[in-house]
Amino acid sequence: MTALPPPPPKKLGLVIDLDTCVGCHACAVACKSWNDGGAFGPLPDADPLGAAPDGVWFNRVHTYEVTGLGTAGAASEQRKADDGGRPEIPTAATAHSRVPPALTIHFPRSCLHCETPACVPVCPTGASYKRAEDGIVLVDADKCIGCQLCAWACPYGAREFSAARGVMQKCTLCVDRIYDDSLAPQDRQPACVAACPTRARHFGDLGDPHSEVSKLVAERGGFAPLQELGYAPVNRYLPPRPHRDDGAHAAAETAEAPLDGEALPPLLRWLDRLLSR
Amino acid sequence: MPHRSLKPDAPVGDRVVTTTCYMCACRCGIRVHLKDGRVRYIDGNPAHPVNRGAICAKGAAGPRQHDSPARLRKPLLRTGPRGAGEFREIEWSEALALAAKWLGDIRKRNPDELAFFTGRDQSQALTGWWAQQFGTVNYAAHGGFCSVNMAAAGMYTLGGSFWEFGEPDWEHTKYLLLWGVAEDHDSNPIKLGLGKLKARGAKIVAINPVRTGYAAIADEWVPIRPGTDGLLIGALLHELLRHDRIDLDYLVRYTNAHWLVIRAPGSADDGLFARDAEGHPLCAARDASLSPDAVGEEGGAREPVASALRWRLERADAVGIAPVIVGEYALPDGRTAVPAFQLLAQRFLAPEYAPQAVAERCGVPAATIRRLAQELAKVAFEQAISLPQHWTDAWGREHADMLGRPVAMHAMRGIGAHANGFHTCRMLHLLQMLLGAIDTPGSFRYQPPYPKAVPPANRPGRARRDDGALDANPLGYVHAPADLLVDADGRPRRIDKAFSWEHPLAAHGMLQTVIRNAWAGDPYRIDTLFLFMANMGWNSAMNTAETRRMLADRDPATGRYRIPHIIYVDAYGSETVDYADLVLPDTTYLERHDGMSLLDRPISDADGAADAIRVPVVAPDRDVRPFQDVLLELGARLRLPGMADADGAPVYRDYADYLQRHQRAPGVGLLAGWRGADGTAHGVGAPNPRQLEAYAAHDCHWRLPVPAAGRYYKMANRDYLEWARALGFVGSAAPIVLELYSETLQRFRLSAQGHGAVRPPARQRARVERYFDPLPFWYDDIEADGSSAERGGERGHAEWPPSALGAPSPARGGRDEKAYPLHAISQRPMFMYHAWGSHNVWLRQIAARNCLYLHPATAAEHGVADGDWVWLVSPQARIRVQARLHAGTAPGVLWTWNAIGKGKGAWRLAADAPESRDGFLLNHLIGELLPPRDGARYANADPVTGQAAWYDLRVRLERDAAPEVPGHRIERATGSAA
Repeated sequence: MTALPPPPPKKLGLVIDLDTCVGCHACAVACKSWNDGGAFGPLPDADPLGAAPDGVWFNRVHTYEVTGLGTAGAASEQRKADDGGRPEIPTAATAHSRVPPALTIHFPRSCLHCETPACVPVCPTGASYKRAEDGIVLVDADKCIGCQLCAWACPYGAREFSAARGVMQKCTLCVDRIYDDSLAPQDRQPACVAACPTRARHFGDLGDPHSEVSKLVAERGGFAPLQELGYAPVNRYLPPRPHRDDGAHAAAETAEAPLDGEALPPLLRWLDRLLSR
Repeated sequence: MPHRSLKPDAPVGDRVVTTTCYMCACRCGIRVHLKDGRVRYIDGNPAHPVNRGAICAKGAAGPRQHDSPARLRKPLLRTGPRGAGEFREIEWSEALALAAKWLGDIRKRNPDELAFFTGRDQSQALTGWWAQQFGTVNYAAHGGFCSVNMAAAGMYTLGGSFWEFGEPDWEHTKYLLLWGVAEDHDSNPIKLGLGKLKARGAKIVAINPVRTGYAAIADEWVPIRPGTDGLLIGALLHELLRHDRIDLDYLVRYTNAHWLVIRAPGSADDGLFARDAEGHPLCAARDASLSPDAVGEEGGAREPVASALRWRLERADAVGIAPVIVGEYALPDGRTAVPAFQLLAQRFLAPEYAPQAVAERCGVPAATIRRLAQELAKVAFEQAISLPQHWTDAWGREHADMLGRPVAMHAMRGIGAHANGFHTCRMLHLLQMLLGAIDTPGSFRYQPPYPKAVPPANRPGRARRDDGALDANPLGYVHAPADLLVDADGRPRRIDKAFSWEHPLAAHGMLQTVIRNAWAGDPYRIDTLFLFMANMGWNSAMNTAETRRMLADRDPATGRYRIPHIIYVDAYGSETVDYADLVLPDTTYLERHDGMSLLDRPISDADGAADAIRVPVVAPDRDVRPFQDVLLELGARLRLPGMADADGAPVYRDYADYLQRHQRAPGVGLLAGWRGADGTAHGVGAPNPRQLEAYAAHDCHWRLPVPAAGRYYKMANRDYLEWARALGFVGSAAPIVLELYSETLQRFRLSAQGHGAVRPPARQRARVERYFDPLPFWYDDIEADGSSAERGGERGHAEWPPSALGAPSPARGGRDEKAYPLHAISQRPMFMYHAWGSHNVWLRQIAARNCLYLHPATAAEHGVADGDWVWLVSPQARIRVQARLHAGTAPGVLWTWNAIGKGKGAWRLAADAPESRDGFLLNHLIGELLPPRDGARYANADPVTGQAAWYDLRVRLERDAAPEVPGHRIERATGSAA
């Protein structure tokens, strides 16, 4: 059994904006690229050119379809469509709009660096541990015996067992970057954050209520998945913002008395317009 | 219990080299971190203007591309039959001697017997010039297969286009419409921009049959039926016109909306602009000095004739006038003319473009269309922005600020890869014009060197000089029928039939037709097919299985291959390698010099002109050579003009030497930065022998900011135009007029009506007349467009401007829509670039195979369950694929990821790799030709530009007797066209 340290003063972690993530996998591959050759590498690949290629990734992106949530413009408009008295007859092409369109959510998944992680106490050798100074959860490969109890304990599926190395591997929050004084300050952040093309990933101290990441979480209602399990994840996800599809406003906008094209000769109205070149 | 061994501040590597990525065409700045001479990892360069430190999945996977097992290692000479993959390794000396022999014989005999086609080539400034010096007209890159509708429609309308020509104003736009945008183009700049829009709360609307990637984070997804984008845009134009929500002042200042169009049916200048004796276009303008009676002179004037309008003819390019945009006006010769705007308004106010008329066909509710038009107008006009930036317009008038219409559009091949794509793309630019939203704060913005003249001045090369070189680059912009590459009988002079009457404005050539035409000897036979990085034996072909047969087909009379020689150049063992006679192995992108030139596809952004290079980061560990070096050496061996001196010695040592020393015109070279002997000149200047060093010292790129006063209204901004002229981007600082009405297109229509010296052959007249409409219009995909040839004649001028739409009846047209009721399209995953990703051992872990995605309702209609193996059937072939349900797909549409499906054994993948066992290409189903009509068969392509119409694919879905049994199969339809 491995003991947890006292609550650390710093809670370093990631804030991931699900409203902005386009599911491009940049974070996952940047992570793989950094760590494969870094202090916690290699991240071995099995059957790389074969039938079932798989390997160790500290970060994976999953894409989900979510149906039945909310309404969207096209859908609500279809229901209240007023097309000059002509009834809209659903066809193969329009039938879909009677159903709220699906939301597609891209969900990057990596270690959440829980405040009371399930994975650490179960470790028989002390290989899995939580750092007292910043709360990062790490695995010391030199001590790991590959029993995989930690992977069973983690409800987030954040741990990856390397059969080739016989050890458990996981996100390190790029502990070998963030304290490296030989790197430029802007590079002292996790590889996934530096890579993210939509800037949907943020890194900082979630223990400091005044940090940029804490402010983001407060503003956007950041949440931790499966909080009810009680492991107190540090990482936060920002939920999709309400979409500005404005279906609900359509009626109001239509009512703002547009020019009645039928009442004017179609082109004459432009004749008297004084234009200047 | 911290690690004993953890050293969090251990050095990352021992060396960092900055260069430019080539994992897609985005050209981001990268840092390659080396350790012990090996590539340890690659990240984005924070100091680079393209990606500002971001890197995508492809770019980050660069190390595994660089050491891919699929790399070719040595030149190969075919020993077995084509397609068998039997080769022997040969030395470079033998390989180059053989290539020089084949090409030398051709050049003596007839240079056009060489067809030189390149793929996603970033050195077209070299390859195009090489073809020109060789003297063949048969050169092109892959644009005909990819994006020429988008490019040509832009260049023939506003002298720029999307992606590498322009970008949304990410800093100011409040409303972004993404039309059919694939997720690989433009990669990181779009993602960075979307992130900014999201942070700022701008609205993003995605118009796309499929909701993935960018569309997934859009505020609104408008699932549209493929090929109907033009109808939707037309309906938006209709709504804006109907509600008079148009920026009329913008139109008369920056477009030809007020120019008078001659109406003289049957005469040689019908539909051209009325001009004065010096050729200046004319308009009608208000004139307070004339009495109202002047109106009475217009005898036959129809509506609208205002009772009090006093007008006179003015030069349309004059300033200080008040142009009129509707009405019918008498010209001095007694004929009448109408402003171009009136023709536009008449066309799009017609009921066929009303939202309720297009809704069913587009699959978009009429109320949604109306609302989108209202939202566009509301943002453009009620949320207009103004930047406090002083500027001087092209006529010398000063302005204290810059008015912005913060509505931006971005489009890619989703709307372009249709047979109606050219006009659809042009229509999109008209929509931007009506909103006053081209190069204003918040709208679409040009990237230097754009805008260029409309169309750009460079015409395609047509004649050979005494030294055997063509008089110009084989690719260019046709201005009039006399510029076409046709013989005296109007037959195509190019093997791909680009710039012929079949596809007159094929500005990028037609790569997709080359193999078939060369195989068929239509219009003639060639000797050598020379391919660089174009996987035309697989994913860069339509009707792929048949195309592979053509590559290996022999002439029964002689027993020789119908395409006698095939030379293929690539860094990797693609599916096309097996069909080559001679394989020349290229380096990876970390092993050579490259130049991303302003003469080709620069890396500029809207606020700066920029170009870039790649530098060799590591030395090749195989017997491979950079293709650009090989091309120059071949050129020297062939003694091509400019590549060998009088004694036959090479002019250039290698490509790096060429990048520094070659001059296209005095002072103009491939790279614009650090020119002049001392490296202090930018844009134009003498060659600098240390230019590449200067680039390398500046992270391999050069960027010159646009002056603050020149950042917007570039087409008519003196501050910009003078700057651009000094850099050689434009020939003069005269304003560039946006072409709402295209006189260039009308010239072709007139030739089809029998005017001018160069006229289409009789059987093509109706087609040219129909599709060369000076105003954009929507038509159904061309195969179903039964009206195409037959109707052109009857239209004439009786119905002018012609009504564009036929009745939406399933019975019309040459194709049975009931037999093939579903659309099938491909999308591009963000983590792979075309065929390039599947041999990357990291990227293929993200997806090693593709599936067929469809809406649950579509699946239910066909009795298909999630995971079932089904048959997709087209007239061409049928393929067995696995179906997955996806609610983010428009009903009636099927889609899959592009180019993950691989040929068995290619790319060094295992024989049971999912890419070939389960993955698939839609290409097998797509015919490269349209069905016969009037005794002729045209390419399955846009009739104006030749863009491959692969998104026009229609299929049907059939159940398999054992849907649970996995396995992809391809079965050619019996009796399908060979």
